[in-house]
Amino acid sequence: MGLLSDPNRRRALIGMLTRLNAPICMICYMAGVAWFMGLAFEPFTLRTYMSENAMGSTMVEERFPAGERALATGREFAAHKKKTGGMPVDWLVRTMQARGLEVYTQRFSRKLPFPDEDKERYMVKGTNVYGILRAPRAPRTEALVLSAPCSPGNENNQAVGILLGLAQYFRSQIYWAKDIIFLVNEHDLIGMQAWLEGYHHTNTTGMDWSPLQGRGGSIQAALSLELSSDVVTSLDLVLEGLNGQLPNLDLANLFYAFCQKIGVLCTTQGKLPRNDWDTTSGYSHAVQTMMLMVLKQASSRPWGDHGLFLRYHIEAASIKGVNSFRPYKTDATTVGRLLEGMYRKLNNLLERLHQSYFFYLMPSLTRFVSIGYYMPAFGLLALILLLRALDLWVQLSSPPTRTTEDACPPLCPLSAPQPASPGVLSILTPLVISHLTGVALYTLPVLSQELAVEHFPVSETEAVVLTAIAIYTAGLALPHNTHRLLAGEGTEQGWKVLKLVAVLYLAVLLGCTALINFSLVFPERGLLVGVNDPGLTLLFAVFFFQELQETPVTLQEGWMLYLSVISQGILDHALYGSLLYPLAALLVYPCWLLFWNILFWK
Amino acid sequence: MARHCTVKIFVLLSLFNLSFLVSTNNIEDKAGQFFNSGHTNNWAVLVCTSRFWFNYRHVANTLSVYRSVKRLGIPDSRIVLMLADDMACNHRNPKPATVFSHKNMELNVYGDDVEVDYRGYEVTVENFLRVLTGRLPASTPRSKRLLSDDRSNILIYLTGHGGNGFLKFQDSEEISNVELADAFEQMWQKRRYNELLFIIDTCQGASMYERFYSPNLMALASSQVGEDSLSHQPDLAIGVHLMDRYTFYLLEFLEDIHPSSTTNMNQLFKVCPKSQCVSTPGHRTDLFLRDPGRVLITDFFGSVRKVEITMETINLSSPMEPLPERILSEDRQRETQYYVDQLPVSVIIHQVNTHTHTHTHTHTHTHTHTHTHTHTHTHTCTHTPLPPMFWNMFIL
Repeated sequence: MGLLSDPNRRRALIGMLTRLNAPICMICYMAGVAWFMGLAFEPFTLRTYMSENAMGSTMVEERFPAGERALATGREFAAHKKKTGGMPVDWLVRTMQARGLEVYTQRFSRKLPFPDEDKERYMVKGTNVYGILRAPRAPRTEALVLSAPCSPGNENNQAVGILLGLAQYFRSQIYWAKDIIFLVNEHDLIGMQAWLEGYHHTNTTGMDWSPLQGRGGSIQAALSLELSSDVVTSLDLVLEGLNGQLPNLDLANLFYAFCQKIGVLCTTQGKLPRNDWDTTSGYSHAVQTMMLMVLKQASSRPWGDHGLFLRYHIEAASIKGVNSFRPYKTDATTVGRLLEGMYRKLNNLLERLHQSYFFYLMPSLTRFVSIGYYMPAFGLLALILLLRALDLWVQLSSPPTRTTEDACPPLCPLSAPQPASPGVLSILTPLVISHLTGVALYTLPVLSQELAVEHFPVSETEAVVLTAIAIYTAGLALPHNTHRLLAGEGTEQGWKVLKLVAVLYLAVLLGCTALINFSLVFPERGLLVGVNDPGLTLLFAVFFFQELQETPVTLQEGWMLYLSVISQGILDHALYGSLLYPLAALLVYPCWLLFWNILFWK
Repeated sequence: MARHCTVKIFVLLSLFNLSFLVSTNNIEDKAGQFFNSGHTNNWAVLVCTSRFWFNYRHVANTLSVYRSVKRLGIPDSRIVLMLADDMACNHRNPKPATVFSHKNMELNVYGDDVEVDYRGYEVTVENFLRVLTGRLPASTPRSKRLLSDDRSNILIYLTGHGGNGFLKFQDSEEISNVELADAFEQMWQKRRYNELLFIIDTCQGASMYERFYSPNLMALASSQVGEDSLSHQPDLAIGVHLMDRYTFYLLEFLEDIHPSSTTNMNQLFKVCPKSQCVSTPGHRTDLFLRDPGRVLITDFFGSVRKVEITMETINLSSPMEPLPERILSEDRQRETQYYVDQLPVSVIIHQVNTHTHTHTHTHTHTHTHTHTHTHTHTHTCTHTPLPPMFWNMFIL
């Protein structure tokens, strides 16, 4: 007979399960954590390699000559930017036209739900300027994008300069099989969102933009360039996009291949590559790089202008030029050559990048772990939840062994030892109340900012954030209240059923989150232990993140950072559709409240 | 004195007679050698089976062989060139209208007199097999047909991506070695070739000639089973590999051949040893009736009009024999076999009895068993073998 259909064996199995539940869960938890930490250990990772046949090796000859001229153009751009106090639209249009591109502009405007104190903007109006280099002989079916942001102050002038220099050089080549779009976007992500929505004729975030007059084909790949100095010591590759989406690993492989060919120092997460993986410091370096990637992914915000392309299934990455105190400097011509090489290889593509992985973690630029390797870590954690659920189910469905309490027959008229006895209402009530609190946390902060500003001496942003924290803390008090309201329903069965529901709810939530954004799972696993609340986890994560980036903060600064993180999270959701805030408010928070309920049940 | 003269004259005369005798014998030998190869015309079928820009080298391979074959005398009307993709006019080609086979753009094998017969999506397994076997619809133009006869030497060159026992066409279908062997057998049975040289430059190319079983086939491959054929050199300006190694060295070898060269096949087998090719080229000659050492390269790669100037008349050994009269005086009645009569629709529809035809033509139909087609007609072969010397008469 089968293992599960034979009653004897089944009973033995169940018995083992209930007896050994706690040890197995503990082992699974430690195994899961160990597996995750082991992902950064180099022998367990794979070396990156080019999967796409069409891109082949780096055998092109890069001949971009005009780095200095590009920098001069950048300086001109800076001067005009200062003069107009924003985006020098006319100058950009004229310059791009002089280089032989088809130039178009797009105007957009957006009123933020509340002022953004980090970037000091509330009512955002701007213009994007883009020029299309048409492929000389190809039909206009596909396009590549090179973008540089127009940032206030003295930032990213060189990026725009190199963009224009490359545009001029690319215009004189005849081997382009795809249109190349050179985009200068204003107000970084907001402008990029407006441009992408206009390009693809979608309007998901309620922004106001003028339709695009000129269009290339469907975009195959995009690179965003951020360069604020004339020379760089290294180039940093940023991959994380909106909602933790990552571009195809082949894009990172392409970047690394060209870095190696040209001899530029390339990094990811700002961490220099090391090859002493067998030492503890080398290993901890790899772990730090990986944890940075996990945290950045978990934050669900786009970490570069490229982050918004990923939603449209356009593989995109950002290249940041870093100028630190190292003796070996790379000049603009070399950066231009690197970009030229990458674009020539992307030009050879016949289909979208799809051969390599879409889900991966990178402990360094040359090593990666794919989803097949990191999912078991999550699997082990999910196993704990399932084991707990099974254990509870077993306990619930075998009442005679537990609830024959001879001690209280006359005193407990309500202790009916039937598994289905805790009324649906007693389970449903905590669920509904938790979710209502979650909904309140989601909607009230933004809606009630007017009210808060009237009554309290705070700015709108502070109002929003503080309201959120207030509602959050109010929710903490709830279990006591509901418990008093529903007195008499606190049966032994009741909390077990609630716990079962909560555990299954958490398992499903974790499962779905793992599929969407794997890195979000790991902060959530704190819920497993039952005591880490999301708020504290976030606070801890902020401090941890700063540590990893080698810019540790004091408590005061950390707290301010924490508040700004909350406000950015809410803004990201309103502006770009980031899922972290709704996920946290509507799903994670109620789930955690359920656990609090259970804790205070009795 | 006079006696001296007569002796001299006598000696001279005898020598003259001797030389005459010798030379007549030589003439006979030369005449014998003249018909040695047994072929009267040359054909070439050159196929590149892969598309996409990064398979530039396969097109360059095929075009280099095309170039050599044309240079050695086979005209476009006798070449069936099949290229699965257009590299010369690809959007990514920085030098449009050219296909280079050597880096630094030394040699443009595309030129301006390339005649591609099957291009782009027309290069399919079905079209290839139809070209070989001759089963083409009546509307096919002559330039797309292989109009070979049983005195044709055919060169077949295939290149692309291959594996153990198959060759990939166009990224969507494959031809297997069994199909190829059967196609050659069809060609043999339909007397569509005299001798056939098969060259293949793909990975594991030797697997493609493993299954041949028809006579007079010689095969060469660039690599053995389990080995990959490698590409030769990239060109950084164009950004792709330009040629495969085996064909590169084959091209170098062929550049030294001119129409009257007497290099034989054994030299061809030595092209691209393992030190140059990294893979081990292979060849197969067991089905070939002649000794490869006596087969000239130009028997397959060139189209040589043989000319020998003679002063004497040559007596070819066997005279023409009249065909035996048994064809007409058979006791079994030879019926004309019209295709329509095989399916007497009129009988079925109108319930009319067949009546014997009164035509007395003596058509001889030759139908062959086919492995890949679904015809199940089996007709008796009525091919009567003609004496070999009969054909020699046709040449002169």
